Amino acid sequence: MNLLQQVKVLVYKDLILEWRAKYAINGILLYVVSTVFVCYQAFKSVDAPIWNALFWIILLFASINAISRSFVQESTYRQLYYYTIVSPKAVILGKIVYNSILMVFLSLIAFTFYAVVFKNPIGDPLLYLLAVLIGSFSFATVFTMVSGISAKTGNNSTMMAILSFPVIIPLLIVLIKLSNNAMQGLDRAISTNEILVLLAINVITITISLLLFPYLWRD
Amino acid sequence: MRKSWWKILGLLMIATAIIGGLLGPVPVLPILHETIRNVYFHVPMWFTMLTLYLISVIYSIKYLNSGKVEHDLMAVEAVNTGIVFCAMGLLTGMLWANITWGEPWPNDPKLNGSAIATLMYLAYLVLRNALEEEQKRAKISAIYNIFAFPVMVVLLYILPKLTDSLHPGSGGNGTFGDLDMNNNMRPVFYTAVIGWILVGTWICTLRYRVRLIENKRNQID
Repeated sequence: MNLLQQVKVLVYKDLILEWRAKYAINGILLYVVSTVFVCYQAFKSVDAPIWNALFWIILLFASINAISRSFVQESTYRQLYYYTIVSPKAVILGKIVYNSILMVFLSLIAFTFYAVVFKNPIGDPLLYLLAVLIGSFSFATVFTMVSGISAKTGNNSTMMAILSFPVIIPLLIVLIKLSNNAMQGLDRAISTNEILVLLAINVITITISLLLFPYLWRD
Repeated sequence: MRKSWWKILGLLMIATAIIGGLLGPVPVLPILHETIRNVYFHVPMWFTMLTLYLISVIYSIKYLNSGKVEHDLMAVEAVNTGIVFCAMGLLTGMLWANITWGEPWPNDPKLNGSAIATLMYLAYLVLRNALEEEQKRAKISAIYNIFAFPVMVVLLYILPKLTDSLHPGSGGNGTFGDLDMNNNMRPVFYTAVIGWILVGTWICTLRYRVRLIENKRNQID
């Protein structure tokens, strides 16, 4: 099998596993819904920048919860089995693709729910949606690699938070800026810079993950 | 003597930069006034930090290729020294900001970026402490180090250029070199930068050698 086929098989496998257990989806959805509700009850109505920041913080924690399990949920023996039949690059790419699909799905639902419950006028909904999509994709690429690293240490959830927050902050700053532009309904040409930076960071992250992961799994 | 010429050169350059920096002529500028001399001390700290982090990344890559313990020790000591220079850069910057911008910590993307970059390298040290097994610790921390370096560069040098910043050279401001420095300042500034980089590297190699000796004493022959 070449790399592409291996990735396809691995993503398919992850999707089926998720579909059978529905653990991540249901758990995270419940988490998102209850957090949105708590925020709504606590704030009732807020200014646009705070609304925006709250949404990204909710999404950040949801994605950390969703992705931190991606390497821990499978036993070391099963991982050993994967490594004997597929290349490590396929393993990390498969995880990135699967996590991106999961995150896009989750963030779309979260966004819809957030926008419905916690009403706030958005100037340019399409651009905001684009920001949410790029954001969930970026979360997936960065957190997948970090979860791979933290899975190798014992106390997973703490390490995940310590390692991933500093790395995700630059992305988050650009994302919040981009979505703020979208909320104010500014001309789209102003936001091209931010979109390009986000895409560039994603390309760099994926390249580095591909280069480093083969070293990571070999114990 | 043949091996240590660069250490002596570094010390001499710093001494020159301190004397030249405090006594030499500077342009008279509004707001900045005499505080412009801080450029000889504040900016070299960041250059030294960046050099040390770069050394660390290079040795992390070397470690992944070779698996030698020495390379891992060099990488971690470069980060340890780099964090000290980062702290000094922040402190000198806060002193300067207090006078020119009115408060020690204005909301500036470069300041926040450097604080977050510091967190990233502290996380690297925490990661090292979390792992018991030596080889595993070396490998995983090397991977995180390489992963974090490009993000640090984005944070410190690309994001501030995109947004409004108080720092020169960011957000469409002219760089310090074009605007405020005149030709009297340039030689002193470059001397300071090179001198601090040399001394920073020296401190790093000293710490590395101490670690090597410790490692040797801990070994059971």
